[in-house]
Amino acid sequence: MTLHPFPARAAPFGRAAHLAALLRAKLTAPVLSEAFGAHPLDGAAAGFVLAALPVGRVLWVQDRLSRAETGAPFLPGVGRALLRLELGRAQDVLAAMEDGLRSIALAGVVGELYGSPCALDFTASRRLALRAEAAGLPCWLIRHAAPVADASAARMRWRLAALASLPDPDDPAAPGLPRWRAELFRGRGLPASVWEMRHDRAAGRLDLAPFAGDGSVAGAAAPAGRSMAR
Amino acid sequence: MDLWRGRRRQQGDPWPDEAPLVLLRPGRHGPVIHAANRAAQEAGARADARIGDIRALCPELACVEADPAGDAARLRRLAFWARRWGPWSAADGEDGLVIDCSGVAHLFGGEAALLARIEADCARAGLSARAALAPTTGAAWALARFGPARAIAGDARRALADLPVAALRLSPETVLLLRRLGLKTIADLAAVPRLALMRRFARAPFAENPLLRLDQALGELAEPLDAPEPPPEFIAEARLAEPVQDPGDWLPGLVQALCAQLAAGRQGCRGLRLSVFRIDGERRDIRVAVAAPSREAAHLLGLFQGRLERLDPGFGFDLLRLAAEAVEPLAETQPGLEGGSAGGLELARLVDRLVARFGAEALQTPLPRQSHIPERSERAGPALAEPPDCAARPDRPLRLLSPPEEIRVLYAIPEGPPGAFIWRRQTLRVARHAGPERIAPEWWRDRPDTRLRDYFRIEDEIGRRLWIYREGLAHDGRGGAPRWFLHGIFS
Repeated sequence: MTLHPFPARAAPFGRAAHLAALLRAKLTAPVLSEAFGAHPLDGAAAGFVLAALPVGRVLWVQDRLSRAETGAPFLPGVGRALLRLELGRAQDVLAAMEDGLRSIALAGVVGELYGSPCALDFTASRRLALRAEAAGLPCWLIRHAAPVADASAARMRWRLAALASLPDPDDPAAPGLPRWRAELFRGRGLPASVWEMRHDRAAGRLDLAPFAGDGSVAGAAAPAGRSMAR
Repeated sequence: MDLWRGRRRQQGDPWPDEAPLVLLRPGRHGPVIHAANRAAQEAGARADARIGDIRALCPELACVEADPAGDAARLRRLAFWARRWGPWSAADGEDGLVIDCSGVAHLFGGEAALLARIEADCARAGLSARAALAPTTGAAWALARFGPARAIAGDARRALADLPVAALRLSPETVLLLRRLGLKTIADLAAVPRLALMRRFARAPFAENPLLRLDQALGELAEPLDAPEPPPEFIAEARLAEPVQDPGDWLPGLVQALCAQLAAGRQGCRGLRLSVFRIDGERRDIRVAVAAPSREAAHLLGLFQGRLERLDPGFGFDLLRLAAEAVEPLAETQPGLEGGSAGGLELARLVDRLVARFGAEALQTPLPRQSHIPERSERAGPALAEPPDCAARPDRPLRLLSPPEEIRVLYAIPEGPPGAFIWRRQTLRVARHAGPERIAPEWWRDRPDTRLRDYFRIEDEIGRRLWIYREGLAHDGRGGAPRWFLHGIFS
């Protein structure tokens, strides 16, 4: 049996359910994780990060370019206490995230970076990962328009894209609950896998199911599907 | 004279009131009288008279050297003491205090009670004072010296009319000149045409120009009160033998010393100012602010991190001074059993660190506001505000673009969102939509020609969920064809 449920397409049921439960536990773990967005107009990465963060105040750090390109978190839509910080340089974003990870008043720290800045090298991500684990706070790094997934010490690395939403029960023409394609392409102790996630914000529920999309997406994801247990 | 008497009393041998005594200062032809006590005044001593003349009148006169510099310093300290009656106060001349007591009289039970209180408090401190209250500094000066006791003037023009021209803070030479011109009272001076007076005193310096002094007293010319800040109470200093360029090595010691002082006084500070005194005669300051009062050395020291590099040391400095600002009482707090401190304090610490490093304008705490216009439905609150419990609205986007980005409609559908539109040269086709949600302009706040907005939640073919709006209607008479904007991104 393979470690990952995906390439067989008919997912081994018990294995996938076990893996989904494991992932759901890992999502709220106090580690550094990365979420790669697919497109500036794609809200999947931010929605996924917000769904994964525990309840409480969040420090949300953005660099200026990601603020201008993808907007700022909007309080009525986010619905939780925010400390928003807008900074000019990527190294300032990383320093502010490190500072936030020293505080126990927060429930999580989110940083957004646009592109692949030089400041975000392996050392910087390693510092963040160690700090997050020492502080016991989940830390998320949202990457916009990052061309390649460079070396990083993040314990989980996700690639997110929006999928067509679920049908709205009241209006068939309206967009319903969001659905995302979430690809875990690197995870410590976790096999690489592709998931379809459904998020019900009102109920606070995040459903994971093995992705069973069209064949083209599956074929592209297959080479990455390898156990990355370190 | 009061100050001298008070000092003498503190030294243990008070001067008897019935013995005549004068204070002397050097004059042009020998010492002249600076001030005289009541017995000496009854014997004929006047200020500025020569000591020889007065000795002839009153042989048993005792003479003491005056100390004008010390008196001025004591008057400045007295100005801070006078802050009990009003928030702004300053020393005025050699023997006056100006207190701005706008809006504080009711705390003392009225203006008359305030003046009585001032005189009583001064008498208890061993000072003889004459207090007067007027709308302007000049009028209060005049009434305190030339008016009736405890004068309260509502209308400066009427209150000053009968006072002599000397009440306009003019030098004796100018007063003599005005008396020779026949202008004895302020009413006389005010009756003279302005043009004639202005021509006569065109060359006079500002302080000697009776017209400008009159304008100041009547409130027609502004005279702001320059109230000095009280000197900091808690200071730590490091004097260096050689000038250095980097304060980093001395700062931990200074912060420790300051925090020890604060702890001894059970105080906490809400700000620190590090001043370096450069050898080229300049001073440079760095200020850091704290959201909640603190005297924790490690925390305060951390706020200077990254700030010292931007300090311009010039050729070096040889004195560092760290002063605590906005000192408040701060009781000892018991740390939690697990070693941590309270959550509110932790948040304040975090805000301090972020603000000290990145500036106060970079950090925002959005709070909800009652408005349907999306940009106005959140406001910037204080960083330590506890936000009210607000549930996320499913019809509001996760991220808001500011400003909204204009999109170009390719395929318009009447009464609905566009079938396809171009955003930054990319074509997006609308697969599903919900709406419209009409948000009318807030007429009490917006310009009259602001157009309404019809918001649509749309989803494109690959699942990107966006919030777009049409500004205006086709024939609403508020501009041309309606324009479309992209305003938000849903999860």
